[in-house]
Amino acid sequence: MANISKEEVKHVAHLARLAITEDEAEKFAGQLAAITTFAEQLNELDTTNVIPTTHVLPLVNIMREDQSVAGLDRDKMMKNVREQEAGQVKVPSILD
Amino acid sequence: MTLFKYSASELQEMIHNKEVTIEELTAESYKRIESLDGDVKAFLALNKEQAIAQAKEMDKVPASKRGPLFGLPIGVKDNIVTEGLETTCSSKILEGFNPIYDATVVRKLREAGMITIGKLNMDEFAMGSSTENSAYKTTSNPWDLDRVPGGSSGGSAAAVAAGEVPFSLGSDTGGSIRQPASFCGVVGMKPTYGRVSRFGLVAFASSLDQIGPITRNVRDNALLLEAISGVDESDSTSANVDVPSFVESLTGDVKGLRIGVPREYLGEGVSEAVKQSVLDALKVLESLGATWEEVSLPHSKYGLATYYLISSSEASSNLARFDGIRYGFRAENVENLMELYKETRAQGFGDEVKRRIMLGTYSLSAGSYDAYYKKAQQVRTLIKQDFDQIFEQYDVIIGPTTPTPAFKVGENIDDPLTMYANDILTIPVNLAGVPGISIPCGFSEGMPLGLQIIGKHFDEATIYRVAHAYEQATSFHKQTPQLWEGANS
Repeated sequence: MANISKEEVKHVAHLARLAITEDEAEKFAGQLAAITTFAEQLNELDTTNVIPTTHVLPLVNIMREDQSVAGLDRDKMMKNVREQEAGQVKVPSILD
Repeated sequence: MTLFKYSASELQEMIHNKEVTIEELTAESYKRIESLDGDVKAFLALNKEQAIAQAKEMDKVPASKRGPLFGLPIGVKDNIVTEGLETTCSSKILEGFNPIYDATVVRKLREAGMITIGKLNMDEFAMGSSTENSAYKTTSNPWDLDRVPGGSSGGSAAAVAAGEVPFSLGSDTGGSIRQPASFCGVVGMKPTYGRVSRFGLVAFASSLDQIGPITRNVRDNALLLEAISGVDESDSTSANVDVPSFVESLTGDVKGLRIGVPREYLGEGVSEAVKQSVLDALKVLESLGATWEEVSLPHSKYGLATYYLISSSEASSNLARFDGIRYGFRAENVENLMELYKETRAQGFGDEVKRRIMLGTYSLSAGSYDAYYKKAQQVRTLIKQDFDQIFEQYDVIIGPTTPTPAFKVGENIDDPLTMYANDILTIPVNLAGVPGISIPCGFSEGMPLGLQIIGKHFDEATIYRVAHAYEQATSFHKQTPQLWEGANS
């Protein structure tokens, strides 16, 4: 069984930008270990030289003319912003 | 008796003969929702005022300007954005979010003259198989209110099964249209990847997601898919292929059709009643002139693990956009930007969504990437090849949609792996990118069962032809849940 420590879970939670409590880290450690152990059945298959599928359709480089078009309306875009000031999005300080 | 027992063409005839107006039809939908949705709990936001006003205007449009879906009511899954109508993906993190544009499919519905009745409940961000992961409510199965409707498009399937709307849109990443359609006894199609634009569908797993129609019969389903299909410059993964008239393919003729039946789809874990219903359906198709043989999808047992690694990895990337800054929920009392991100996401996402973001982040992280994510993409190639090989010799693949009928609310919620196993027969179809439909094919424990018909890339026409021929020879799709008649409308 794959072993995932609480510390690893906390590291992954940080990468995923999720605040996590000690209890949650404990719970997720067990659940992630169970799911990754289940996923390790894929190792039964020899995939040497098998090309990974990232996408099922044979699509490459969909291009369009490089022309400017009107974007979304600024006032409309601000409608869903919870905190704003003078037509700008407000965030907490980004420097310590 | 409700008007929504009738098909689209019957409703059009009634409108044409002035037996009913579009306004009355729209009002009927809201009446049914008012009397039934307290139990079924399929709908989130309703669009009542606008819909009625739109219907009044549409009653004035001359008959020559009306298409086959003109004036008919539809419900839309809550992960498809609708301008000015709250869209939450059943998540707290999007509570109060009012989109500022319409998804391409919503624009196409409007162009077809359909009337959006409201938004439909789902598992949060389409992650789940029962709607129990919704942050707002758990939808009930109209056939038995103690059972789940399936998921993630549970609200979309339940609303159609309850006769609240005759049409709905769902989305299917690993079975999220077909599994609830099966559980609720309705028709649900996952089109070929690329058939329908995903612009305005809130992304879960971008290489797998596809929008599709849920209806009470095959013909209506074909009509609706025709209306929403086609290449879209706003979605570079939408395919530039012709959209044939799916309705014209409904000839009733399946003579000489070659059906492959994967032995893995009638194996361990699939209930006897489900197996029997599929074998009975094959007999019906044989009697209509089709032939079937047992085939093998040898890698299908690896589908579940492959799917959870790929879909969770893609989700961890797609859901990074929910940061509390520009829309949706924002955590309060935080000191700095990092804390704002972390607290917003911790308070805004539910457990299943967090679990998958964590799994995806883990499988994409340094040291795990080759062992998990890349390995899963390689196995995906093998699974796709299984389908390619069968389709060299067969026109369609047939099996059950789900291993069992709908389970009870609460039965699987604490065990992610058991819950995931519900999708074992639908997931390989998304991995291969081929189209698949679920249609009613029997009952077990009083609950509907679904027959899954899988076709070649961009060959929805053959799937519809087979589904329609089978439907015309049987009567399962005509049955309705008991609560259907009880509604006061």
